[in-house]
Amino acid sequence: MRIGASVLCIALLLAAACQREKRDIRPSPTNLAIYDDAAKQSTLRPGGPITPQPVVRNPYNSSGYDISEGQRLFQWYNCNGCHANGGGGIGPPLIKTEWIYGGEPANIFDTIVKGRPNGMPAWGGRIPEYQIWQIVTYVRSMNGQQPTSAMPVRADTIETNPQNIVNRVPGQTK
Amino acid sequence: MRRAALPGLALSLLLSCAGHQQSTVDPAGPQSGKIDTLWWSFFWLLGVIFVIVMAVLLLTLTRRQPDTEQELLESTHKPSEQTDSRIRRVVVGATIVTILTLFVLIVASVGTGKAIADLSFKKNPLTIQVTGIQWWWQIQYMSSDPSQTLVTANELHIPVGRPIQILGLSQDVIHSFWVPNLHGKRDLIPSHTTNEWIEADRPGVYRGQCAEFCGLQHAHMVLWVIAEPEDKFEAWMRAQLQPAVSPSSPDTQRGQQVFLNHACIYCHQIRGTTAAGQNAPDLTHFGSRRGIAANTVPNTKGNLAGWIVDPQTKKPGNHMATIAVNSTDLQPLVDYLESLK
Repeated sequence: MRIGASVLCIALLLAAACQREKRDIRPSPTNLAIYDDAAKQSTLRPGGPITPQPVVRNPYNSSGYDISEGQRLFQWYNCNGCHANGGGGIGPPLIKTEWIYGGEPANIFDTIVKGRPNGMPAWGGRIPEYQIWQIVTYVRSMNGQQPTSAMPVRADTIETNPQNIVNRVPGQTK
Repeated sequence: MRRAALPGLALSLLLSCAGHQQSTVDPAGPQSGKIDTLWWSFFWLLGVIFVIVMAVLLLTLTRRQPDTEQELLESTHKPSEQTDSRIRRVVVGATIVTILTLFVLIVASVGTGKAIADLSFKKNPLTIQVTGIQWWWQIQYMSSDPSQTLVTANELHIPVGRPIQILGLSQDVIHSFWVPNLHGKRDLIPSHTTNEWIEADRPGVYRGQCAEFCGLQHAHMVLWVIAEPEDKFEAWMRAQLQPAVSPSSPDTQRGQQVFLNHACIYCHQIRGTTAAGQNAPDLTHFGSRRGIAANTVPNTKGNLAGWIVDPQTKKPGNHMATIAVNSTDLQPLVDYLESLK
């Protein structure tokens, strides 16, 4: 009985590991997501109530590979030129809780695709859409909002308080 | 007859490697010449020892000794004084010979290492920085005159008879620079410059490869070293230092516009145009190179079109983006890139 349970546990753990490493190695270069008003920052709208829009999901947020690809592209496309490594510089910081244009994946996608006033360029149609989604995944991971399955097994910094290690909940950085 | 077949086969396999473009036993430079000498002296010395050991073993297994105290030995498990001292002499003698042989090998090996080190830091070297990047090679010809520095990729042209200093770097993980016809392996380590000196004695084309596992496409990280006479090398260098040729036909002009209006420019550079990306191989003289995708496939129009449309087929996991190119744009783009001689 006990052996059966432990085998089941190990199998489940292995299954979770599979998801973490799952990668879409041949992404489609065509545009799939909606470029129009799908990502709303507010329910306020002139001319009457808003018609319900389908929720836009990030198709590239399930694995550690997507985060690392997003991180690579963040540097390759010179996002860090303005945003530094998330701390901000010429551009606003990306590690924060208050987002001017919304912090949901669809909002960040929208911001990258359309650009924003005062310097954020529009990347829609310039780089493939799957790469924009990977960058979205990385930006959200900087705020500890990455999917649990893609969460690293340990923090990048050394933990000085042993109690924090004992009490640590996977998927939460603090 | 059959016993001789196996070592004979091994030897012929070894010899068949000679004369190839990627072979340690076909040295094309002083460094690899010394390694080659060391390899063959090891081979013959250890080969002879192996044959002797096998012959003695065979002798022991087949020889019958009716006159010795075989039965007595087996019943008491205690050899006589005479047998005991004989065994001791043989074991001690063999141990001494083994240690002496190992000493000879150490002296030969260290001596070769020292002789190769003595070939370093020569006068009038050509300094080339080789950077390993997942999964291609960036080649940078260094010079005190900035107008004479050159960045290219996956092809290392060197003049014959001139010492070359290779400064090895890596941008991501540990790679290893290995051109067996010229020298042994040298690791390329992130944020640490390694140093290697090579020299080619004769013109030729030698194949190099990454020799330290560096990820998915480690096997497809190939480098061609092209050793040419000094004048031919200078001519190549002069041509490479020029900016890219302007497209002359309407077809290639359109191809250039396609290149400049797509995501290509964020990673690739073509000197003489506005494309100035630094993340991927420099394409200024792309048409003059032998292969694409770090020499994974030969540089032909068909391979190039396939590579642009679906880079993840030939080299799964590589960092080239899969971009959307219209079918009518593809042919001009390929024609333009191939025209960059």
